[in-house]
Amino acid sequence: MDLRLTPGEERFRDEFRAWLRSHIPENWDPSTGHEDESSRARFDFLRSWQKKMYEAGWVGIHWPKEYGGRGASLIEQTIFIEEMARASAPPLINVLGLSLLGPTLIAYGSEDQKKRFLANILSADEIWCQGYSEPNAGSDLASLRSEAVLEGDHFVVNGQKTWTSFGHYADWCFAVVRTDPNAAKHKGLTYMLVDMHSPGVSVRPLKQMTGDSEFNEVVFQNVRVPVENVVGKVNDGWNIAIATLMFERGTLGASLQITFKRQIERLIQLAKMLDRNGKPASEDPIIRQKLAQMYTEIEIFRLNQMRTTTRMSKSGVPGPEGSIQKIFWSEMNQRLQQVAMEMLGPYGQLTRESSYSIDRGQWAHAYLRSRGNTIEAGTSEIQRNIIGHFVLGLPKSY
Amino acid sequence: MEFELNETQRLFKDSARELFAQECPPTLVREMIETRRPYSQSLWGKLVEQGWTGLITPEEHGGQGLGMVEMAVAFEEMGRALVPGGFLSTVALAGPLIQACCSRDYRARRLAAICEGKLKATVALLEQSARWDVDSVRMAATHTTEGIKINGRKLFVTDAGVADLIITAVQLDSKLALAFVDATAKGLSISEMPGIDASRSLFAVEFNDVLVPAEDVISDSATARQALLNSIDVASLALSAEMVGGMQFLLDASVEYSKTRKQFGKPIGQFQAVQHHCANMLLMTESARSAVYYAAWVMGSEPEKGPLAVSMAKAYASDACREVGNLAVQVHGGVGFTWDEPIHFYYKRAKASELMFGDATYHRERIARLVVDRATEPAKAATT
Repeated sequence: MDLRLTPGEERFRDEFRAWLRSHIPENWDPSTGHEDESSRARFDFLRSWQKKMYEAGWVGIHWPKEYGGRGASLIEQTIFIEEMARASAPPLINVLGLSLLGPTLIAYGSEDQKKRFLANILSADEIWCQGYSEPNAGSDLASLRSEAVLEGDHFVVNGQKTWTSFGHYADWCFAVVRTDPNAAKHKGLTYMLVDMHSPGVSVRPLKQMTGDSEFNEVVFQNVRVPVENVVGKVNDGWNIAIATLMFERGTLGASLQITFKRQIERLIQLAKMLDRNGKPASEDPIIRQKLAQMYTEIEIFRLNQMRTTTRMSKSGVPGPEGSIQKIFWSEMNQRLQQVAMEMLGPYGQLTRESSYSIDRGQWAHAYLRSRGNTIEAGTSEIQRNIIGHFVLGLPKSY
Repeated sequence: MEFELNETQRLFKDSARELFAQECPPTLVREMIETRRPYSQSLWGKLVEQGWTGLITPEEHGGQGLGMVEMAVAFEEMGRALVPGGFLSTVALAGPLIQACCSRDYRARRLAAICEGKLKATVALLEQSARWDVDSVRMAATHTTEGIKINGRKLFVTDAGVADLIITAVQLDSKLALAFVDATAKGLSISEMPGIDASRSLFAVEFNDVLVPAEDVISDSATARQALLNSIDVASLALSAEMVGGMQFLLDASVEYSKTRKQFGKPIGQFQAVQHHCANMLLMTESARSAVYYAAWVMGSEPEKGPLAVSMAKAYASDACREVGNLAVQVHGGVGFTWDEPIHFYYKRAKASELMFGDATYHRERIARLVVDRATEPAKAATT
């Protein structure tokens, strides 16, 4: 056990840190309001930023060199994510391609698919979205109804997907669709890559409780998908879909821990300025208890993540333990935002439109947004089922 | 960066598990608890034989000189087997204290005696106020011609009934001092304070004109304070590791039970309500383990971060261990509430351990001092 970075890892960190320092565009405001996040201008800006990073060799850190990656270790990939967050660098816009589809294609894709798609994921020349959930298939994903019928060398896809992040900008979608309606529900699914510019694809933004539109509904109407866009085998899409989800849970933690760390540090600062019973909140014993508890949980989240990363760097694949981290951070963030609300008192509810708001209303926004954390990317209930069955070996409940 | 046990540490953990499975089986644990005699000469002898009393004692004093991570792993396995008795007091509390503040000769002699199994020791800190912070010591000692004289009462002293040496925190000239008191000293009387956890005994130690020779007193208060703080951190780490082992036992037992116990014609582990209890137990156990291994590594490699890391581990483990205990009883249903199942032994140990060296509330306040009060960066205007 050695928690220090190796000299090589340190060199990597220093080099990337220096690069970020001299390349983050001056007009980049990390606190850019959340409601701007879905704007076209921001999207274009982030797309060109990813391209710039790619050209400098800073995208796809952990991907093999032959596919345009840097061929570095998973630890270095984690360092990369941490440094991005620490510098408040503009995020990589093609996040679903980078963290979900890319690793999936590297593991399960054909050589042709790797050559065709991987480099464009890294350069952000093709933006990806995920076609999993449907209006009637949420936690019970395998009950999805979008269907694909083989006609010659094409599948014809019909159906509706929902909660599709980046749907309105995406060039491509990795989707799970039903190809054998007569097979058991997990058996008749196929994982395929759908060109979002195909005739018959329509996208409608979903407005969420924060007022933002991070997600979309996507409708496929007689969309033609060439058979060579099937990943893995026809009717074997479920296993690949699950593998993708594990990549999602395995790697998200690294950037989140920096976000949480920054938030608790800010809350500690605010505690010294906000009044509570005639004294700074930082002197109130109850607030002190709560801040210390959140500080501890955020640290433990970081430590759990380090253990996960170590394990993944040995085994190569994320395991179902990722579900522990998903539960940990999503429930922790809800507690954290509640502590913030409590400390801010009546100010906590103010949005950025109010000139009296604290930190431009980010706490009210974060409070609302955190409500979705225990639902998105697999509800807490589903995560606990996964732990019960796949980690602890308890019998399946459904 | 590598955050997992290395090969040697894993092997050490496995051998510890085997050792306790053999030398401290559940039948022995039950017998010691039921007779309220959590001390076994033969078990202690076995541990001495294996070099365990010298676990973290430097090799020059006859110990194994192992690091904090190895110590944590050892205590984790002891917690898993619910090893009763005074091991923690002697090895993780008194040992580091002797190491930190005694003169070279004294240190060598006492540590060698511990390694050889000839000396058991404990630390007497708490008084009527039952405060764990070292500044709470009020029991006064006075100077005599040959040393000091102590009058008063210490409470919640673990394992004092079998200890040969009771290291006692006193006030001397209104400052903190440590007296190394021989358990056979005249005027000393020791009586048990029976608590819910009969696997580790607490004692009241009464001092009636107890004389301690000057060479057995650390009167430099700064040295005494620092040594005491540090040894309590080492012991809190060991205790937190022990709690992780206890949690692991409770989790394993609950998972096993829910696979075999049937209701409504199915194993209860098939019901999501039960699965989710078990998932929560796993989450808390693994998270506590992360905090404990980190604290262990930090204590060995970046000791300036030790107090914060130890308080985080003890705060989290204190809450988690209690909660895992609650869930384990719940999953076992009526069976978990019976005397004949071992669950309640662990449940009680969890509560007693939560209270020892400060509970979660105590440690969160300590964390607040370290991260809230020391955050001096000027706050930017909050309102724009």
